[in-house]
Amino acid sequence: MYGKKVKLRFLFLSLILIVLILTVYIVLKSLEDNVVYFISPTEIKELGEIDHNKKYRVGGMVKKNSISMNSDQISFIITDFKNEINIKFSGVIPNLFSEEKGVVAEGFLKDRNFLEASKILAKHDENYMPPEVREALKDK
Amino acid sequence: MLNLIGNYSLVFALFVSLILIIVTFINFKSNKILNFNIFGTVVLQFTLICVSFFALVFAFIYSDFNNAAVYYNSHTSKPLFYKISGTWGNHEGSLLLWLLVLSLFTLIFLFRSKKLLISFRILTIFFQQIIIFGFLLFIILTSNPFELILPTPIEGLGLNPILQDPALAIHPPILYLGYVGTSIIFSSSLAALTCKYVNKDWATDIKKWSLISWIFLTIGIMLGSIWAYYELGWGGFWFWDPVENVSLMPWFCLTALLHCSSVLEKRAILKSWTIILAICTFILSMSGTFLVRSGILNSVHTFANDPERGVFILIFLTFLVLISLFLYFKFNEFESKSKSFFLSRETAIIMNNWFLMYFLAVVLVGTVYPIFLEVVAGAKISVGPPYFNQLIIPFLIPFLFLMALGTKLDWIKTKKLKLNLNIIAILILSILISFYIVRNSNTKILFLSVLISASLYLFFISLIDLKNQKLKWSQKISHLAFSTLVISIILNSIFSEEISVNMKVGEEKIISDSIINFEKISKREIDNYTSIIAEIEIKQNENKLKFYPELRLYKTPETITSEADIKTNLFNDNLLVVNYLKNTDYLNIRYQKKPFMLLIWFSTLMLGLGGLLGLRDNLK
Repeated sequence: MYGKKVKLRFLFLSLILIVLILTVYIVLKSLEDNVVYFISPTEIKELGEIDHNKKYRVGGMVKKNSISMNSDQISFIITDFKNEINIKFSGVIPNLFSEEKGVVAEGFLKDRNFLEASKILAKHDENYMPPEVREALKDK
Repeated sequence: MLNLIGNYSLVFALFVSLILIIVTFINFKSNKILNFNIFGTVVLQFTLICVSFFALVFAFIYSDFNNAAVYYNSHTSKPLFYKISGTWGNHEGSLLLWLLVLSLFTLIFLFRSKKLLISFRILTIFFQQIIIFGFLLFIILTSNPFELILPTPIEGLGLNPILQDPALAIHPPILYLGYVGTSIIFSSSLAALTCKYVNKDWATDIKKWSLISWIFLTIGIMLGSIWAYYELGWGGFWFWDPVENVSLMPWFCLTALLHCSSVLEKRAILKSWTIILAICTFILSMSGTFLVRSGILNSVHTFANDPERGVFILIFLTFLVLISLFLYFKFNEFESKSKSFFLSRETAIIMNNWFLMYFLAVVLVGTVYPIFLEVVAGAKISVGPPYFNQLIIPFLIPFLFLMALGTKLDWIKTKKLKLNLNIIAILILSILISFYIVRNSNTKILFLSVLISASLYLFFISLIDLKNQKLKWSQKISHLAFSTLVISIILNSIFSEEISVNMKVGEEKIISDSIINFEKISKREIDNYTSIIAEIEIKQNENKLKFYPELRLYKTPETITSEADIKTNLFNDNLLVVNYLKNTDYLNIRYQKKPFMLLIWFSTLMLGLGGLLGLRDNLK
């Protein structure tokens, strides 16, 4: 039938193909597990089912007079002027975090009105606004 | 006046570029001579771009607010150093810097390639001019740094304060030297392809350029990381931020190219693969510029959101890709099979290349996927560090072992694999040490100890290899550096500790084994900002450390930055940052222990040194 060389080459090529398919599979799998979705408070209300193990990023404005804090925790409300969501957070708060300014909070949803954040992002300077925040505020 | 000079030299340079494209093309087609005209014109072009660049620098130094770029990015109260660095702290200026480096490298190539084939040199200049022409057109049409504002404003808007930093003042130029160096690799490989000049001489030449780019890219990435570490106050040095990824991708590609061009140099094989890598490296650098400059990526680096710019770079990029594909399929000679055996240095390098390509693919997917998904499905997502860690770290283990054992193999065929006692003894030693380290940490993961074993193994092997006369110093040093880099990064991530708390002045808090004492606060007016310095003492067991972290309130533009107070010693960094909480008496305090930070920077520098040694060998 075929020579030894051809067989070897065929074996080699199929090995490469298998490795390639496996790699693509792990990459996609890992991507699916680690992607963080960005949503607005309104979209949270419209969410069908809440996955408690999935990270979300919620963006909008910090509501006026909503910030309250003690030594190890800060809580505030993010609004997109249609709906609101309560945020609880302990950790590093960016310098430019303040009332009536854009903010993005990343963390796990406890329910439709409450997100426990593990990270807070604010703007880098006064004029700069993360595209996500701008997007969320556009419909205002 | 300055604006006029700058503007007209740019336009003039565009014409020169057009002339050069035509002249080099004719020369290549007909007489194949590289005459004085070409030399002279390239020098002229470089001079014009220089004039234009320095016109902009002077406009910044003298705060000529007539110029829009100066008005938007400078301020009279800024220190001179940052006025100058402000030149490339904005979109327009940074592109002009790109262009300056591009034409400088073209000039250097022309003067340093006299031993090579003439038609190859002409053609390289031709491709290089196409790139320069594209960039000139881009600058003049969409981002002219000499746009005027009338009437002249009295005061500028100021440079973003987080960019007012020494590391960041030199980070862009260094990184650009790396990026732009790859343009020569690109042009020269297209030229070599067309002239059928893909041989050992060409490999030696392209290796030189890859080394130059690689050294600058390595140091440039490091400077950016150092800046992120102490200025952003996030307490880390790498965040898998899209813009960081964009600089890492050409780095992977270049590293692969460096190794692969050695094979081409020694054995005259892997020609097609070298060409593909060379083309990819530049395309990745260009797409990096595209992603960062077009405002698609959301980060500190994004200067302006102008879709027109994005479209232009995208068209230019597509054009370059199409040219390369066309030339590749038209001229590439698929090589006849040459004799190589499985157990050889070549095999080790090819496998190393595969791993690098895998890392590259992971980073590429993680960076591009969010953009892709937004365009296709309209969903906004971000890909976090876990993705990258999960996919890269496990594959680092075989990669490290390969790096350690690859140097033990000979070119073409290894007759007898000397599995001497040393190699096995070192392996056992590394495993023992890593188990000891992991046992003493809070993380009890078997996987981690395997990873540490692998990196320790590479470390010991490279240490012993230092005495090996057969190996090159560049290789010995950079492999050793890579192993210490991996070890220090792992140890850093295992042993880092963090406390974060909100406190008022005068308060004292006890958190686990630390006593934090917020003693006082003082205020000072400095040049263009108000400085608030807090005094915080941290007591841990017997150790007392006093920190003076700073907050800077800038007026133009109105911004607040935190300056971390970092106490560095050989094995450990203690870092304390405070953040400002508007309308409250609280300050947000974050205290971190970061072991082996100094070792991380040191390893990266050593990696660069390895490259430098390689360059010395190459230029001999």
